[in-house]
Amino acid sequence: MAERSFKEEVQKLRIPAGEEFHGEGILAVTKALLQSGVSYVGGYQGAPISHLMDVLGDANEILAELGVHFENSASEATAAAMLAASVNYPLRGAITFKSTVGTNVASDALANLASGGVTGGALIIVGEDYGEGSSIMQERSHAFAMKSQMWLLDPRPNLTAIVDSVEYGFELSEYSNTPVMLELRLRSCHLHGSFITKENKRPAFTRKEAMENPRRDVSRIVLPPSSFLHEQEKINQRMPAAIQFIKDRKINEMISNGKKDFGIITQGGLYNTVMRGLQLLGLADIYGNSEIPVYVLNVTYPIIADEVEEFAKDKRALLLFEEGQPDYIEQNINSILRKADATAKLHGKDVLVMAGEYTPAVVTKGLLSFVRMYAPQLITENDLPGIVLPPDSPEHPMAIKLTPQEVHMRPPGFCTGCPERPIFSALKLAERETGKHHVSADIGCHLFSILPPFDIGATTMGYGLGSAGAAGFQDASSDKPVLAFMGDGGFWHNGLTSGVGNAVFNESNQVLVVVDNAYSAATGGQDILSSAADNPIRSTKHPIERAVRGVGVKWAKTVTNTFKVDELRDTFIDALTSKEPGPKVIVAQSECTLNRTRRERPLAAKAEKEGKRVVRERYGIDPETCTGDHSCIRISGCPSLSITANPDPLRKEPIATVLSSCVGCGLCGENAHAAALCPSFYRTQVISNPSGWDRFKTTFRNAYISRLQRGIEKRYEGIEPELVSA
Amino acid sequence: MSQPTQERAITMAILAMGGEGGGVLADWMVSLGEHSGYWAQTTSVPGVAQRTGATIYYVELFPRTPGGAEPILSTMPTPGEVDIVLASELMEAGRSVLRGLVTPKNTTLITSTHRVYSMMEKTSLGDGRVDSDSIIENCMKAAAKFVGGDFSKIAEESGSVISSVLFGALAGTGRLPFSRQEFEGAIERSGVGVAPSLKAFARGFDYAEKILKPAPAGVPIQIGIKPVSVEETKAVTDAAISADPVAAVGARLKKLAAHIRDTYPASVRATLVHGIKRTTEYQDVEYANEFLARIASVYELDLVHGDGSFRLTQETARYTALWMTYEDTIRVAAIKVRARRFDRIHKEARAKNEQVVGIMEFLHPQVQEVADTLPTALGKWVLGSKPVNALINRISGDGIKVNTTSAFGYTTLYILSRLRPIRRRSLRFNEEQLLIDAWLTTVMDVATTNYALACEVAETQSLVKGYGETHANGLANFNLIMAELPRTLASADPVARIRQLREAALAEESGARLRALL
Repeated sequence: MAERSFKEEVQKLRIPAGEEFHGEGILAVTKALLQSGVSYVGGYQGAPISHLMDVLGDANEILAELGVHFENSASEATAAAMLAASVNYPLRGAITFKSTVGTNVASDALANLASGGVTGGALIIVGEDYGEGSSIMQERSHAFAMKSQMWLLDPRPNLTAIVDSVEYGFELSEYSNTPVMLELRLRSCHLHGSFITKENKRPAFTRKEAMENPRRDVSRIVLPPSSFLHEQEKINQRMPAAIQFIKDRKINEMISNGKKDFGIITQGGLYNTVMRGLQLLGLADIYGNSEIPVYVLNVTYPIIADEVEEFAKDKRALLLFEEGQPDYIEQNINSILRKADATAKLHGKDVLVMAGEYTPAVVTKGLLSFVRMYAPQLITENDLPGIVLPPDSPEHPMAIKLTPQEVHMRPPGFCTGCPERPIFSALKLAERETGKHHVSADIGCHLFSILPPFDIGATTMGYGLGSAGAAGFQDASSDKPVLAFMGDGGFWHNGLTSGVGNAVFNESNQVLVVVDNAYSAATGGQDILSSAADNPIRSTKHPIERAVRGVGVKWAKTVTNTFKVDELRDTFIDALTSKEPGPKVIVAQSECTLNRTRRERPLAAKAEKEGKRVVRERYGIDPETCTGDHSCIRISGCPSLSITANPDPLRKEPIATVLSSCVGCGLCGENAHAAALCPSFYRTQVISNPSGWDRFKTTFRNAYISRLQRGIEKRYEGIEPELVSA
Repeated sequence: MSQPTQERAITMAILAMGGEGGGVLADWMVSLGEHSGYWAQTTSVPGVAQRTGATIYYVELFPRTPGGAEPILSTMPTPGEVDIVLASELMEAGRSVLRGLVTPKNTTLITSTHRVYSMMEKTSLGDGRVDSDSIIENCMKAAAKFVGGDFSKIAEESGSVISSVLFGALAGTGRLPFSRQEFEGAIERSGVGVAPSLKAFARGFDYAEKILKPAPAGVPIQIGIKPVSVEETKAVTDAAISADPVAAVGARLKKLAAHIRDTYPASVRATLVHGIKRTTEYQDVEYANEFLARIASVYELDLVHGDGSFRLTQETARYTALWMTYEDTIRVAAIKVRARRFDRIHKEARAKNEQVVGIMEFLHPQVQEVADTLPTALGKWVLGSKPVNALINRISGDGIKVNTTSAFGYTTLYILSRLRPIRRRSLRFNEEQLLIDAWLTTVMDVATTNYALACEVAETQSLVKGYGETHANGLANFNLIMAELPRTLASADPVARIRQLREAALAEESGARLRALL
């Protein structure tokens, strides 16, 4: 079960037509899919569209009522290939994943799909993970649209606009027999807003009809000579059809009356930021009434040459807002203007920035330089927003200088009680004996190992590619194998074949650690094949060790509790020193603590209320024995292990402390032992509703201990001042 | 086209760390806005930042008019154009200032002033904490209105979370055009933990209302904003001790305290009193006498060569007391068995009377530590004997767990704590005394020629701390710096050099950076 439940929110999907829907972008998209009569949906989780997958999963009942099939695809490639159902049949299909990484994985299937074209509408919803908050390399999905000739929608960040784009996206796809990509920007996914609903539609044509009356058309299959035909079709039929549709339906918007002899062209996704910039400069109002004409590209590929020429007519200059690089649109529009012998000069990256996010600061400054060039009289120079002032101006919002030395970065890291942390503690301890190894890392929470305090891992080549990333390190003359990490998510995504199978086949000596926390945890705790939980709509509990043995791994070991640091350390040493040929696979198993706590905490509270014996554990540190060297923090990095002012009247340095958020995972105790740390750690056990035996033991012990303690205190008498009693 | 209207949206940013309830707060704001006839938009950046990282939520509100057009709301805050910033912690408030979200023109900054330390602050070998006062000062300078308080404490006292207190403080500022009932309605509609949330909300509301009232003349506005720090409490206690050292000790130490009062200046008395109490607790009154005898010779030099601050006496006394009470197994056991520790742990675990509390220690006594506690000859024999080494390793090699709440576990630690009388004859005791005297001799030698440098040498002792490997590394670094001292005397600024070396030793545990400097 996913980390966040949408069980309640999905009820909004039943809102009847004509009412105002309030909610998040991901819910709005799901509603729009249902309003469009979608027949099947697939996808792979990953921010920013993880929660779209979670919504769809939680909405399964509603989807089923409408005859919609939903799958958690094994990978983005699987999801893309699923759209094959729309090739021969009028079935509407939608898939979703994180982009560009997911689109990379999907691109083989997408290219084949786009070549032959589609009959039913095919919508690819890409969560564009670009800019602040992104966790991946900074690239654009735009390139995929161009190379495979799929149309790319980039609607304004407004729920009505997003919902509309889903609906016309399907129509455009069908009208031009081309898959359509819908770019959902990072902030749009969790954008809370509202729109007016329409009726949910059952698909007119059903999958059952398709399955029972199979159709084929060999000309839709990518094999010569059809593949050559497809290229001609794309240029001569599908593209013109798409352009016609986009023009007829006025999907791109021309806002304002074109009074000024210069204008703005913007990607739809940047529209709100651009309008805010104009408003701050006194050139527009909050309703989008602008003094400067704006041409909004809700379709960013293809660019409609006629519309650009029309907009550029009688204008001296245009300013293009196109985020990211390369500047595909700028090149495209320049080419259109050149071919049309237009005189308008195109600005864009010259007054904005070539690389990086188009933040309000970047956009407003760019707008100001542009307007100053062409109509300086429109600018009230003595009433400018602070952000465009020179950085040394006292009115500049960053005039108060706080330095990064005072405000530290807070990068994400392992959670309190994370079962992955002890894996790296154990590896550090094992390396004390075996020496350091080259470590190939993967994508997932375990990648936090590359940060302090662990500093483990040299490269990461992509999801599930940790083992493959170690493939180059093969040398019979070395007895020091390389280590590779992989998460259970990446393992089932592709790692089993691209990594494990590859290592078996090529007789690699690598040691592969598969981190099995029972979920695709980093993306929000979605279930996968090896999940330990029962899932009513999926098949789970398929052990990873059985899978690797199935593809020929001889040396495989599952450690079922990663908090047993000693056992894990010894397993590492065994694997790293083993003479057995071929890959050695360690499956390090313990449930993701974030999901476990969410599941167990309410149960424990309920049991306690019902009078059952419940044991709660947490750790602590004795302030008098802790000397404040913080070595325990340096080998753990747990958020609940922190520092606090030293209560010792003579010491100045802060001491370590355990915050009340401690979940008692046990690593502090294991570390204190395994690394021979210091005697300050202790574990407190609190038993609620103790049994009779508990109470008997405690009464006896307390009597004994109090007696000795009275003697102890007697010996300390005369050091502290006596309390004056009345 | 008509002249653009000057209406603008209400803009609000929330800075929080993953899992702190920033999302809940944003949801309340949206619910509040939508129920009060406003367009409401919120955005956040999902993804890995939820794993303990810093996150910014952004909310815009705009009044709805019947049949009126929908406003264009921004998905990102513009520096300099944010009306209200809420921060769940002080460094996050600092981040909002760093990012330009707070301006004296229009921003109300509402923040909790407690600290959640960053990894950089936590992993330092010494004190890596940033200066809270500087952040607060900058926040006050940056904001039009500043509402800061220890909301973490308020949340805990109300059995709720920080977001409820922040929401209450937001209502209390009166910055939003909504009534208190409308705010409370948003909490009620969310349906989760309503009663404690409303309690925390009320406390936050009152707090903001009170703090925004004009202060009576002469009362500094900072009072109460920041949690009272342990350092401030210590300063108050120390002042009382200096004024009357005799009252600060029990019967056995009255004579020594009177001696301190009659002999030493006020600025060092508290440290000396702490020193005699600590050494007595550690060993006996005789040991406290030895401590004072050691400091007496330093003080004499301070009178001649000092600058009147008695910094040398002060710092030497501090580190002599700490070094004389070095962490051996007897001390650890003595601390673990005391009644006050049991009380503290019960409180910390929030155990109720009917609950049963167990305490488990994680100890890892090593051969060296065992030998250290034994009488010198026996200790040396243990260190040299392979079979004994093997035996100790077999028992404690993987660490031992001791249940201090069981009769057996408690008795074990109790017996260890009663070994105090044999300490004076132990292997380590004699070694440590020699080291202390050598260091004191150096301090005093240097004091005759360079007072400031002598103070630095005294403070270098702070490197020696911890247990096992950490202690060994610290001592090695200390020795390296001491060995460098003669060469330093020839350098242009020996004081700066020693301080630089000490900081290098604190920067990195293995001492690699220190060795690079040498």
